[in-house]
Amino acid sequence: MKQARTLPGPALHADADAVAAGPSLALPALRPLRGRLLIALAVVVGTVLVGVSQGSADIPFTTVVRILASKTLGLGHATWPETWEEIVWQIRLPRVLLAGLVGATLAFSGAGYQGVLRNPLADPYLIGVAAGAGLGATIIMVSPLPYAFGTVGLLPPAAFAGAVLAVAISYGLARSGGVAPAVTLILAGVAVSAAASAAMSFLIMANHERAVTVVSWLLGGFNTATWQRVGIVLPYSLVGGAGVLASTRLLNVLQLDEEEAQQLGVPVERVKLLVIIAASLATAAAVSVSGLIGFVGLIVPHTVRLLWGFDYRRLVPMSMAAGAVFLILADVAARTVLSPSEVPVGVVTALCGAPFFLWLLRRNRPGGSPGGRALF
Amino acid sequence: MLEIRDLCVDYGGPPVLRGVSLDVAAGEVVGLVGPNGSGKTTLVRAVTRVVPARSGEVRILGDDSRALKRAVLARRVAVVPQNPALPEGFTVLEMVLMGRTPHLGLLQSEGPPDLAAARRALAEAGATALGSRFANQLSGGERQQVVIARALAQEAPVLLLDEPTSHLDVGHQTAVMGLVRRLCRERGLAVLATIHDLTLAALYCDRLVLLHRGAVVAEGAPESVLRPDLVASTYGAQVTVLRHPISGRPVVVPLPPEADPSVTGDARPTGLSSRFGGDGAREGEA
Repeated sequence: MKQARTLPGPALHADADAVAAGPSLALPALRPLRGRLLIALAVVVGTVLVGVSQGSADIPFTTVVRILASKTLGLGHATWPETWEEIVWQIRLPRVLLAGLVGATLAFSGAGYQGVLRNPLADPYLIGVAAGAGLGATIIMVSPLPYAFGTVGLLPPAAFAGAVLAVAISYGLARSGGVAPAVTLILAGVAVSAAASAAMSFLIMANHERAVTVVSWLLGGFNTATWQRVGIVLPYSLVGGAGVLASTRLLNVLQLDEEEAQQLGVPVERVKLLVIIAASLATAAAVSVSGLIGFVGLIVPHTVRLLWGFDYRRLVPMSMAAGAVFLILADVAARTVLSPSEVPVGVVTALCGAPFFLWLLRRNRPGGSPGGRALF
Repeated sequence: MLEIRDLCVDYGGPPVLRGVSLDVAAGEVVGLVGPNGSGKTTLVRAVTRVVPARSGEVRILGDDSRALKRAVLARRVAVVPQNPALPEGFTVLEMVLMGRTPHLGLLQSEGPPDLAAARRALAEAGATALGSRFANQLSGGERQQVVIARALAQEAPVLLLDEPTSHLDVGHQTAVMGLVRRLCRERGLAVLATIHDLTLAALYCDRLVLLHRGAVVAEGAPESVLRPDLVASTYGAQVTVLRHPISGRPVVVPLPPEADPSVTGDARPTGLSSRFGGDGAREGEA
């Protein structure tokens, strides 16, 4: 596909050498990114350790680290009770990893949706994922079907199918003549979501004895986390994340205007479709195991924008890290604040995240640089 | 460089372009003039395939534009849009680097050659000093320089400008048109610019094409296109055409309101319907 990088014809290199020999050839957007990414990765790992060390059983931090080291790297030998290892490895670690994975997924999907829909209110739930997943899960929960056949849960596939179907219907309705304009897509998504939500409400009312079960699923949480669920989400998150990451430079160009982006050679509809598919599949997988955790997909990308600027090549990877850290910490709060009972994690994300975001928003507004780059 | 043959475009309604044919050769600036709604912007959009052509063809460097991939098309045709979008949070250099998009593969990021091209384009547009400013904080003239620099960074042999001077004062108007003309000569670009100001068009363009209701009604040297009768029948404006004291090019001056139209010969306004009426009314609203 790659063609010659310069066209024959006009002579372009009149003063090329003079300009190119300037002192700074560093690409402004990319140089600081590697360092920041390493720091972000270290923060994520640190947050995972903190997350794993918190819980109702009082296990010392150093022991937690040694248990993890022994399980992953085979270092040292067990000087701790078997139950501690069980708690750390089978209960806490999958829960923390699932929270991190879901947080990262919601955040990069939100950034991707905001990018292709060019709408600051876009989040990964906007064009049908949430309502579709909710309806799919509700149908299973109110039906006489068992939740699982053997070890295969019915709830996640039903939620996943509902989410994917709803997005596909929204996109299908919005597309005509080979294009799906962003505004039409949002409107179609809102309409499809409204219909699915209405159906879901009806099912809940008609089966009100199941209402608490359904609502607690909808609020979302990680109390059912297992390694198996981590395994379910991981491939979707990896593929979806790779899809959105691959599109980041074009997402920048898309911020101009769809027409200008086309005139700059961007196959706009294909990029839009790629990002929507990648973000929707990953989000569908995430909500299928964790329920509808609100706020993360909307606010994390905005927070990252305020802190590190609007360039999607920074925004998407930093959103992944920030989303993971945020949701791990929110889940720690959710299971420790009212221990031994749990607060729904969606309540924690909104209660803690909203004030922080508002503070950031006000702090950055008057006279601040629009990219907010001076902050860190 | 750019050959347009019998181009017809509609937006699913009445035709906006009705069989337009024109050529732009390397090293010449062609001015596209015509009243609001005559199809000028639509022509620019059709050449870049942002809107599909109903019939006719556009050939760029000899190839049918419909057969070209979007990236290839963007390596051959660069556009300076009428109302450029200036997204929040991007610096001028980053904006100009976006001009390198058609030269990059999906997973490729800009390398030193692209940065060099962007800096060269900034220098040529006289905007080097703006490089680290945020693009959405620029004045109208600076904005135009930046968008021209972005188009130059595309390194395309055909340059389309849609109303490059419409929001600018006279100093910036002449600076932008002078820049375009100089680049055209130095680089051998084929330039097609839509221009509202007829005097400015006459001064800076080698040829003019007068579009009315989606069709070419006159084409040629500025003095042959900017005749009072043609301006009256297309724009519905009573004008007199003087000679520029230095360049000898036509200068189009509106008549004072009390003047007798018969003074200028056969000038007759065609009435409001031609200015505000249906056919190409969608053009220019973007």
